[in-house]
Amino acid sequence: MANQVWVYIDQFKGQATPSAWEAVSAAKTVAEKLGSGITALVIGSGVEGLAQQAFDCGVDEVFVCEDASLQDFRVEAYAAVFAKVLGEARPKIVIGTASTRVRDLFAYASIDLESGVIVDATGLEVKDGGVVVTRPVYAGKLLCNEVAKKGQPLLVSVRVRAFPPPQSGAGKSGNVTKVSPVMSEDQLPTKVLDYVVEEGEVSVDGAAIIVSGGRGVNGPEGFEPLRALAKVLGAAVGASRAAVDAGWIPYSHQVGQTGKVVSPDLYIACGISGAVQHQAGMRTSKVIVAINKDKDAPIFNLAKYGVVGDLFEIVPALTEEFRKRLGK
Amino acid sequence: MNIVVCIKQVPDTAAKLQVVDSHVTWGDSPLIVNPWDEYAYEEALLLKEKFGGKATAITMGPESAVEALKTCLAVGCDEAYLITDPALKGSDASATAFTLAKAVQKLGDVDIVLLGKQAIDGDTGLTAAMLGRHLGWTVLTQVIKIHEIDPNAKTIKVERFMEEGRQVCTAKLPAVVSVIKGINEPRYPSFMGIRKASKATIPSWNVGDLGIDAARVGASGAFVAWPEIYPMPVKETKVEWIEGSSPQEIAAKLADKLIAEKVI
Ligand SMILES: Cc1cc2nc3c(=O)[nH]c(=O)nc-3n(C[C@H](O)[C@H](O)[C@H](O)COP(=O)(O)OP(=O)(O)OC[C@H]3O[C@@H](n4cnc5c(N)ncnc54)[C@H](O)[C@@H]3O)c2cc1C
Ligand SMILES: Nc1ncnc2c1ncn2[C@@H]1O[C@H](COP(=O)(O)O)[C@@H](O)[C@H]1O
Repeated sequence: MANQVWVYIDQFKGQATPSAWEAVSAAKTVAEKLGSGITALVIGSGVEGLAQQAFDCGVDEVFVCEDASLQDFRVEAYAAVFAKVLGEARPKIVIGTASTRVRDLFAYASIDLESGVIVDATGLEVKDGGVVVTRPVYAGKLLCNEVAKKGQPLLVSVRVRAFPPPQSGAGKSGNVTKVSPVMSEDQLPTKVLDYVVEEGEVSVDGAAIIVSGGRGVNGPEGFEPLRALAKVLGAAVGASRAAVDAGWIPYSHQVGQTGKVVSPDLYIACGISGAVQHQAGMRTSKVIVAINKDKDAPIFNLAKYGVVGDLFEIVPALTEEFRKRLGK
Repeated sequence: MNIVVCIKQVPDTAAKLQVVDSHVTWGDSPLIVNPWDEYAYEEALLLKEKFGGKATAITMGPESAVEALKTCLAVGCDEAYLITDPALKGSDASATAFTLAKAVQKLGDVDIVLLGKQAIDGDTGLTAAMLGRHLGWTVLTQVIKIHEIDPNAKTIKVERFMEEGRQVCTAKLPAVVSVIKGINEPRYPSFMGIRKASKATIPSWNVGDLGIDAARVGASGAFVAWPEIYPMPVKETKVEWIEGSSPQEIAAKLADKLIAEKVI
């Protein structure tokens, strides 16, 4: 029987994105219960190597659409391929990582497929033969269980780091089906010219450790001690909106309701009061440490470990301590 | 250049939410324009000021959503339309996008539809791409800068905010564009604007006015359902205070804890 569970592998310039394979872990949790194997779909240019990586993660079968016109993600081109392949296969569910690309792809293709989309899932369960998808709503204050009412496949994106990366090294192999592109270059309405990248900074997206600063850092230079700590820990630097709005650090670092939603293993909040809008972006972090002068700051209601003190004393001491312990 | 802005009315970001029988309520917390949509109306006003034409705000929602449209008029939008109908209740993103597409088509002669990145109640961020597909227009999501627009050639150049950096691209108009924080600084309504808006009558459209088959929207047209909503389980973490006589001592104690947690 054809596989009821598919995964879409998100990639950038031919490399699977760091969270792309988490979709396979999520798929495994439902595939076992549905008694199905897993098929992966890869779309892009220079992506043929991803098929073997998919097998190594435990996927049973791969469809690949490889074409120069697919070098940059353009939703119209990708969705045309996606809708064609999945419109023929009509599995029960397709799972991908919750990236900007996957969100657009699933949304756009769902109109052609006449099926539903659920984004940012943190849990998947099989109940009475159907998949129940759990996701946070209202800035993570509430959880919602969602199901497909009609149409198939249901397209589900899973929140980054909500599922572990799959064990690799399965050494499997399987059938690879080649698919041709649907649209030609001259049919596409957009042209990608360039990517402007902030140099040498770890992005907060998908980071395992984030050191974050708020109004308490008191100026652009106040982020320096945080950057030093982040460097020793291999962490990304985050920020509250107050720090971003003050112009001390670019918006790409903002965590919260109108910034990024992150879920690292460790979140160190320095000089951040912990407003609900900030919590919306970080409350699902595994371990939260708060360093704040004010022992009544709301951030301490969320923190596992709290330090009442001046971040300009505590953070450098912490950097020194980890430098010793980690031999850096 | 005619611009349509899609806005949604949502409970305030700081509202205390309560769930009764999977139904969300927010007591007497105010309803506001979805924060991301403020960037959308501001961008519409900036484009209108630069290129001329009209900025029209639309929303699909209950009667109360008219207040959110008044905010749009108060900041300077030329027109506003409320799409409201009992048949729309229970719409998912797909049904919402379908309805908005019909409204944009009814307005006609539109060059750009602007949306916010996402609505802070459902938090899906799906509407823009779905709407673009329904209209058959170019889709540009997460736009943080509009570099230039050539109204004659019908082209647009934008910067999009992606995980790997800012993507610079050119595209054909008409387009559906979703915007994020950083693209502009939304203005506040002026006193005169508020006065004018409070007197305005805002036309409303029902599904019949838009030529929509009621079965295609609302709960009956939705592809997904959300039978259960419940509060996020509270984590049983009570803060453990790390204390010491010096920053060094505190740092050493904290490092012990974090290494024991296996998060470093
Ligand atoms: C619609 C909307 C959307 C929003 N979206 C976001 C969002 O995405 N992200 C976000 O973060 N906020 C967001 N906010 C803003 C949010 O409400 C808060 O205003 C903001 O998070 C406060 O930032 P802060 O904690 O850095 O500043 P403050 O609340 O001013 O807190 C600063 C803290 O630093 C402490 N401090 C000062 N000096 C030191 C020192 N030397 N050492 C240690 N501690 C010190 C103080 O005790 C204080 O607790 C949003 C607000 C609205 C209305
Ligand atoms: N009911 C609605 N009426 C008008 N615009 C909407 C509606 N729902 C969503 N939008 C627009 O779509 C954007 C994304 O919303 P969503 O896809 O629901 O997260 C919002 O920021 C609005 O611009």
